[in-house]
Amino acid sequence: MGFISNLSSIHLDILKEIGNIGAGHAATALSKLLNKKIDMQVPNVKIVTFDEMMELSGGADHVVAAVFLRIEGEAPGSMFFVLPPEQATVFIKQMIGDEEFTFDQLGDNEIATSALQELGNILSGSYLSSLSDFTGLALYPSVPALSVDMVGAIISYGLIELSQVSDYAIVIDTALNEDDVELSESVRGHFFLLPDPDSFHIIFESLGVRDNG
Amino acid sequence: MDEKVEIIKVGIADMNVVSAPNRIRTSGLGSCVGVVLYDQGKEIAGLVHVMLPDSTLSKAGTLNHAKYADTGVKELVKKLTQFGARPSMLKAKIAGGAQMFQFSNTSDMMRIGPRNVEAVKKELAELKIAIMAEDVGGNSGRTIEFCPKSKILHIRTVNKGTQEW
Repeated sequence: MGFISNLSSIHLDILKEIGNIGAGHAATALSKLLNKKIDMQVPNVKIVTFDEMMELSGGADHVVAAVFLRIEGEAPGSMFFVLPPEQATVFIKQMIGDEEFTFDQLGDNEIATSALQELGNILSGSYLSSLSDFTGLALYPSVPALSVDMVGAIISYGLIELSQVSDYAIVIDTALNEDDVELSESVRGHFFLLPDPDSFHIIFESLGVRDNG
Repeated sequence: MDEKVEIIKVGIADMNVVSAPNRIRTSGLGSCVGVVLYDQGKEIAGLVHVMLPDSTLSKAGTLNHAKYADTGVKELVKKLTQFGARPSMLKAKIAGGAQMFQFSNTSDMMRIGPRNVEAVKKELAELKIAIMAEDVGGNSGRTIEFCPKSKILHIRTVNKGTQEW
């Protein structure tokens, strides 16, 4: 439990900045890819229980499309890019140029699946490389995996490492959405960065901040 | 029939017990395993949402029993006994333990679903509790709901809808 109670407001600000820089680059990449304005929210750094973590993306039962990747290297962790079906459909339509596409077809449509996976790949790649530049740490993403399923089933996968140490997760959450579309909180795209417990002090140290500072 | 049916929700790494006509549910099981234990002759049941196979993996100071297969099942039996169930009459139905993502370099941590299932089965065998139904493995998330009256476990997945076990 120790690693969470040791966090000061400086640490939280650093994590927020990480979310800012990472998601900022990812939003730029998304904007270029779709040739659209993309709006990004101020990142949220929260210490949440596992159940609250599910609530962040609409509740454990909620169906989403999620790209998951493991971060390997000096500061391992998990990363999710979670899209609600509505927004995933919009993105896929634009990428494959098929206005007829509906979300139900995703399972049978290889091009759509591949497009969504590539979208996750590009976005998480730009998030991570900016994070790597910022901290000077070597971070390597695994090949991203795509899954369309219940939030609870997907997110709990990223909590496995953490759950051995704690009943809480520190999550760096940034929401993205298209500039001209008004969406409620639960239908926005979210980036979740979940550093492994041991990675926190590595990240802080790389930025010259001491653990207990 | 006018009795109000309440659905008791069990979160991740959590457990609870229920008696008829109420039902008990847990949502979004991925690699986690939902273990339902019920007394065959009475209308009471319990559910634990297990996240990890083995409490010796724990590096945390305080142990949340419901998080691990070994401690979770034991603790649920204890709770049910206090609730009026007879340990010798307990039966189990389990669901979950999916492999949500396929990775090429499958480390042990990524195989967590099958490991959770193995651990739950081992624990149930040790406690001599028979498994009456199981829907485990695969690669989809499940939401499960148990009715202590009919002893039916309803399992819902995104692709297959609701099935009864």
